[in-house]
Amino acid sequence: MAKQRPKNLNLFTIQFPLPAIISILHRISGVALFLFIPLVLGALKLSLSSAQDFDDLHLFLSSPLMKLLIWGFLSAFIYHFFAGIRHLLMDVHVGDELKSGQLFAKLTMVISIVFILLAGIWIW
Amino acid sequence: MVKSVLGVNHQGLTDWLIQRVSAVIMMLYSVGLFAYLIMHPGLDYAEWHALFSSKCMKLATLLFILSLLFHSWIGMWTVFTDYIKSFLLRLVLQVFLLLSLIVFFFAALWILWGV
Repeated sequence: MAKQRPKNLNLFTIQFPLPAIISILHRISGVALFLFIPLVLGALKLSLSSAQDFDDLHLFLSSPLMKLLIWGFLSAFIYHFFAGIRHLLMDVHVGDELKSGQLFAKLTMVISIVFILLAGIWIW
Repeated sequence: MVKSVLGVNHQGLTDWLIQRVSAVIMMLYSVGLFAYLIMHPGLDYAEWHALFSSKCMKLATLLFILSLLFHSWIGMWTVFTDYIKSFLLRLVLQVFLLLSLIVFFFAALWILWGV
């Protein structure tokens, strides 16, 4: 009887639900932010050393490639920020049921995307 | 009972609490800093330097850095224990992580001290 149970081991037909995607992206963005720590500390040091260094740094960070890197950093930050708020809300049992969980997962995604786009506009 | 410094016998509740308290501290600081940056579009060196010269800002930044280091330790530790199966590799990564965090802390102190 036990052998008759349906099995599905085809990974291509198994989809992560949105809350699971939100969760794994929270981890990935967290690791990315950790890797950015030395770069941000270096930039902070230069920006506070002298007016010359401040202007040099400003010029260096104005190149399109560096702007893209800053946008990447801000995107990871914004995403981690809002996904973190979702965690804090779930700690007080807001959005930890099936329906509300899916709603809050969607909200996290939408709000993050809006702020990531705004950050892009702010940089360029 | 042997206690590991690398957190094998961690108290889960303490980690949970530290992760949340540090998150709230970093949220307040970063929202404040972003608000400042948005309100000062043509920020120059003099203004920026003056901001970090104030005792309040130095204290807030130090608190942010401390929160960041504890938050990173718990976050990265969790990621390592979840995905790195080899004990030796995990040990090496965790020691490297701990050393990096110590270096970041002293670098931050040195930067703030120099302002």
